[in-house]
Amino acid sequence: MEIFWVLGIPLFGGFVLAAFGTRRYAPELNSAMSFCTFAAAAMLTTRVISSGPFSGWDEQFFVDAFNVFLVALTAFVGFTTSLFSRPYMRIEQHHGKLTVNMLRLYYSMYQLFSFTMLLALLTNNMGILWVAMEAATLTTVLLVSLYRTPASIEAAWKYFILCGVGLAQALFGTILLYFAAEKILGAGGTALLWTHLNAVKTQLEPTVLSLAFVFLLVGYGTKVGLAPLHNWLPDAHAEGPTPVSAVLSGLLLNVALYAVVRSKVLVDGALGSHFAGNFMMGFGLLSVVMAAFFLSRQKDVKRMFAYSSIEHMGLMTFAFGMGGPVATFAGMLHMTVHSLTKSAIFFAVGHAAQKSGTQLMDGIRGLIKTNPTVGWGLALGTLAILGMPPFGVFTSEFMILTTAMHAYPWTMPFLLVALGVAFAAIFGRVQKMVFGETSGERLPHPPALIPVFVHLALVLLLGLYIPPYLAAWYRQATALIG
Amino acid sequence: MNIPFTAQLINMCAALLLLIAFAMLSQRRILSLINLFALQGLVLSVSTAVVAYTSSQEHLYYSAGLTLLLKVLLLPWILHRLIRKLNIKWDVETMFNIPTIMLIGLALVVFAFNLAAPISHMAGTITKSTLGIAMASVLLSFLMMITRSKAVPQVVGFLAMENGLFFAATSATYGMPMVVELGIALDVLVGMFILGIFFFQIRVAFDSLDLKHMEQLKED
Repeated sequence: MEIFWVLGIPLFGGFVLAAFGTRRYAPELNSAMSFCTFAAAAMLTTRVISSGPFSGWDEQFFVDAFNVFLVALTAFVGFTTSLFSRPYMRIEQHHGKLTVNMLRLYYSMYQLFSFTMLLALLTNNMGILWVAMEAATLTTVLLVSLYRTPASIEAAWKYFILCGVGLAQALFGTILLYFAAEKILGAGGTALLWTHLNAVKTQLEPTVLSLAFVFLLVGYGTKVGLAPLHNWLPDAHAEGPTPVSAVLSGLLLNVALYAVVRSKVLVDGALGSHFAGNFMMGFGLLSVVMAAFFLSRQKDVKRMFAYSSIEHMGLMTFAFGMGGPVATFAGMLHMTVHSLTKSAIFFAVGHAAQKSGTQLMDGIRGLIKTNPTVGWGLALGTLAILGMPPFGVFTSEFMILTTAMHAYPWTMPFLLVALGVAFAAIFGRVQKMVFGETSGERLPHPPALIPVFVHLALVLLLGLYIPPYLAAWYRQATALIG
Repeated sequence: MNIPFTAQLINMCAALLLLIAFAMLSQRRILSLINLFALQGLVLSVSTAVVAYTSSQEHLYYSAGLTLLLKVLLLPWILHRLIRKLNIKWDVETMFNIPTIMLIGLALVVFAFNLAAPISHMAGTITKSTLGIAMASVLLSFLMMITRSKAVPQVVGFLAMENGLFFAATSATYGMPMVVELGIALDVLVGMFILGIFFFQIRVAFDSLDLKHMEQLKED
């Protein structure tokens, strides 16, 4: 029943906001819908914690410790982003960048986008997972081009075509998976259900599954933003409205990585080797290194943080690829803290860019002087994402690095150099933006910075102390993924 | 070797699909390209129906009908309307080196057959020999997207790739579960509408549908 509410509210919200999106209370309605989704997700979470995993609707939907934590995270960040977008979009409207009709499109698509992500997480059917991932691209592509500037349309076109082609590979992978599964489970609806596949994974044909995994990794990996398939990501993040950058970076990339990890579990079972893990480690390491070196060449602040997302997604993919209890635990923790921190940074960056009238870092100066909260939010968020203790990112990165040091010492130079380069590149730039002299004016509407500090407080909490029930929950999920 | 009549029919459809994929690769007129796409959908629909008949898989009839409705009637109709409204009906694309592109295409077909060979051996379906062709037409559509610089042909290439994937699904496995197929069809349809909106946005922003103008976003 909870599953119904979690999926039903955003779907319904998409249609309601398409009808009432031009009214004055539309932003509040959007936040209310997201809050209800979050409440339903919280109920679902308590039920899974108390009574364990369950499935519903002829096993079409399935909840276990692994996906429920992502559902809770997605619904939470979805809610806080809707809070942030309320004043942010008002200011954009005030600046004459958006019309009322564009805002209606934005609210409606925002809700539908939440729906597609939650569907991708909750479905048990690998085919529906693909359908939901493709639908997530479709709902966000018009949001990326919301401003209708040539640059934003170019970014959206690139996003559509690259992710479309990438996901076509994933569909081929899904077909191959079905082909292997059909021999064991028989034709028909149940052969693509993940729980059924997981039960018979040792009997699945290894050659077919290894080929299927390559296609699935390349396909969903395009959406994760893994190098060298990442080209769409910086453009889409930089040209879209900031709330969209925040949910793309904080949530969509996680959901795509979730799809990869679910496939990995099946392939590991069928092959009994580290084949899938090696592939993921390779792609992950390449993304970390490549992103770090592109970071230092950026001029646009949102582009820079988009590259930082590629770096962190690479690190998570690397962690899940290594496998084992510690690395997988760290991977999930990193998913959580990265999602919270990166969306907080985008919130602060969004207001900073609005205030300065430009996204170019040379034009953003002296945030602490005119809007101290924006400045502090950006400074603290940056310290957190760079892995400074005592924030949670430090904890997860430390765990990933120590595991890698034991199991794969040769990766150490690459990872450490990349993290160092990323630190130097981001820290130097953010410092200039936060401090320094400015003649800028204050914003016409008060900025929404409560979400920024709530997110950063949670990241700080996760760095200092992981509550025992949360740790137990991560451990359960770790046991599932292996 | 004695091959049943229906299997021969399916093989012929597969060969036609490959032929159409090559024709699309070299077609420079937008109008003819859309007609070729509709023809590809028709062949796909016929072959699905034949597979449904021989294997007596009830649900494949539905997917054959769905293909007919979506890919032969609806999508080409939308595309025709779009090119009329955008006034690019008689556009001819300047493409260089068509012979080279065709040669690359040939190499891709050989590659696809090699890749598909180990899987085809395992397939128990009567259509197993066609998996290589399905893969080849996916790769050829991919090549077509790379070599085109205009928006509409790129999209036709994208849709043709989906056709190839659908053929892979029917030839290797007798089709995906119905709920998944419906979901994919919905995605394709919604995607087409969004692309339609996009064409107009691109046209307003760049004064043309030529993607060569899109070169603002680059890493220096």
